[in-house]
Amino acid sequence: MSEQLLDVQDLRVMLPTRKGLLTAVDGVSMSIAAGEVLGVVGESGAGKSLTGAAITGLLEPPLYIANGKIELEGKRIDNLSYSKMRRIRGKQIGAIFQDPLTSLNPLYSVGRQLVETITTHLPVSDAVAKRQAIDLLKEVGLPAAEARIGHFPHQFSGGMRQRVVIALALCANPRLIIADEPTTALDVSIQAQIIRLLKRLCREHKTAVMLITHDMGVIAETADRVAVMYAGRIVEVGPVKDVIKNPHHPYTVGLMNSIPSIAREVEWLTQIDGAMPRLNDIPDGCAFHPRCPHAFERCRRERPNLIPMRNSQAACWLCKKEGADEQRQ
Amino acid sequence: MLAFIIRRILQSIVVMLMVALLSFTLFRYVGDPVVSMVGRDTTFEERAALRETLGLNDPIVVQFGRFVKNASMGDFGISYEQRRPVIDLIAERAPATLELSFVSGLFALVVGVFMGVYSGLHKDGFLSKLFQSVSLVGISLPPFLIGILLIYLFAVILGWLPSMGRGEVRQLGFWSTGFLSFSGLISLILPAITLGLFQMTLIMRLVRSEMLEVMRTDYIKFARARGLTNRAVNFGHALKNTLVPVITVTGLQLGQIIAYSIITETVFQWPGMGYLFLQAVQRVDLPVMGAYLVLVALIFVVINLIVDFLYYVVDPRLRMEGGAVS
Repeated sequence: MSEQLLDVQDLRVMLPTRKGLLTAVDGVSMSIAAGEVLGVVGESGAGKSLTGAAITGLLEPPLYIANGKIELEGKRIDNLSYSKMRRIRGKQIGAIFQDPLTSLNPLYSVGRQLVETITTHLPVSDAVAKRQAIDLLKEVGLPAAEARIGHFPHQFSGGMRQRVVIALALCANPRLIIADEPTTALDVSIQAQIIRLLKRLCREHKTAVMLITHDMGVIAETADRVAVMYAGRIVEVGPVKDVIKNPHHPYTVGLMNSIPSIAREVEWLTQIDGAMPRLNDIPDGCAFHPRCPHAFERCRRERPNLIPMRNSQAACWLCKKEGADEQRQ
Repeated sequence: MLAFIIRRILQSIVVMLMVALLSFTLFRYVGDPVVSMVGRDTTFEERAALRETLGLNDPIVVQFGRFVKNASMGDFGISYEQRRPVIDLIAERAPATLELSFVSGLFALVVGVFMGVYSGLHKDGFLSKLFQSVSLVGISLPPFLIGILLIYLFAVILGWLPSMGRGEVRQLGFWSTGFLSFSGLISLILPAITLGLFQMTLIMRLVRSEMLEVMRTDYIKFARARGLTNRAVNFGHALKNTLVPVITVTGLQLGQIIAYSIITETVFQWPGMGYLFLQAVQRVDLPVMGAYLVLVALIFVVINLIVDFLYYVVDPRLRMEGGAVS
């Protein structure tokens, strides 16, 4: 199936402030095929979550989409009215947020929240919806689903609540799920379970996932392809195996090196020196050059676009150099 | 749950006993009841005999016990001024005050919640800013001034609404109601607005800030991400989460409305308990003052009790843990 499920072209998200317009997401293009898991990785503030929010149409004002287009199954969705977009949210694009403890309304039982979502999108009666809700809860591995459907969120543990959240995201059978840091707030021991569950469910339902995280390890385990973001731009994108085995962008290399490994015995955990620039302070040229160990003259002057490599693409002048060297030889 | 109810009721009884003690002290020690009752030419022996028959020579504890026993049966003695049982006077006046308080409380709650929700959802809209300015007036102007301004505008200049009294009152058993006649209903409008304006603005500002708070929470974002309709998100999910503080404040304010209807009733010559109390103060009618004190305290206690139960209804977290924790 070559047709892309989601296609984002040159997306630009702007943030008006008192000191002028800031660019929060700068010309991001990405696509997700049906059933594919795309990992989006980067430090906090890289624009990962904003990209997700722009796709679901839930950017919080004053943030707005200044440029670009978003297509779902070949139809533009970035210029739809709020009420048309509402019908797509939950039905075609599901979402999972970071913190399961606060994603559920504390005053309603989980059953009510499930039934409400199902009946909003599907033409079924409350009784049918309730049966579907119980099935879903069983599917996400909630023990004694029939008994627990009437329970309130505070009666569930964090991991169980995230299972409920996943059930809620899946309940109208969406084609795409945007999972924004789905495991960050959970215990490490639960994280793996939730990731495995998400992966299994999406395979069974043939749902594509945009998995937003800062955890390279989760990406390596889960994603088919990965997009690395830095300061509002995609700096490297490609199949997960290629990017992990053979990272081209120095930032990706830095991210890979920061994953602690039991195999390597090290005295210190490696980190990338410095911090990501603030939005009002993005340097000229390549945004990463002040932190880059390989930066040279051109990086300070000119901003690199994505340059195609063998299987992946990277926005780095080093790649151009390598490519040119290869050609010269 | 049952343990909670029993504990709350016991607490309420303790509070009522404290208030009864205050009320008792008031009429036992502010002035001499015997002097207030007898004429100037009563002899010393007659006074002593009266003191004995009234039980004023008994130990204080016994007297207080008797007071509580009588009060719990509705017997607060006889008004010095009108020579009639206090409870009858209050029973005559209570419907006027309760109807007025009910209408102004309802006005404050409905209009306040509506304006609060609106300005919470459209925080930069023109109407929200207008509501904010109006609410500033409601908070800062004292009720007697608002009452007089309303009378001047609607009764004197426009002549649309009556400026005083309850209008035509129908008798339903012991209850006299102004709800059943047109003049009774329109007579309620101005005093109800005057009495409820402060509470309305308070509720509006509270609901607004709570709404703004709740709209930022993750579960509202998630509710939107699930594609729920605006109505379901705003009223089903957001408004319900603002209710706990609103119930608290509304409950307390309802008590305030009843207790502080004194000023409004005076401005509008409203024949209610507040008016009665004011007359009692002017004439040092201690039994009426004492009874009013106990009654208002009772209203506060009952409202607080109801508020506590409403928390249980609204918030499932309390339902589960409340019995064990609180």
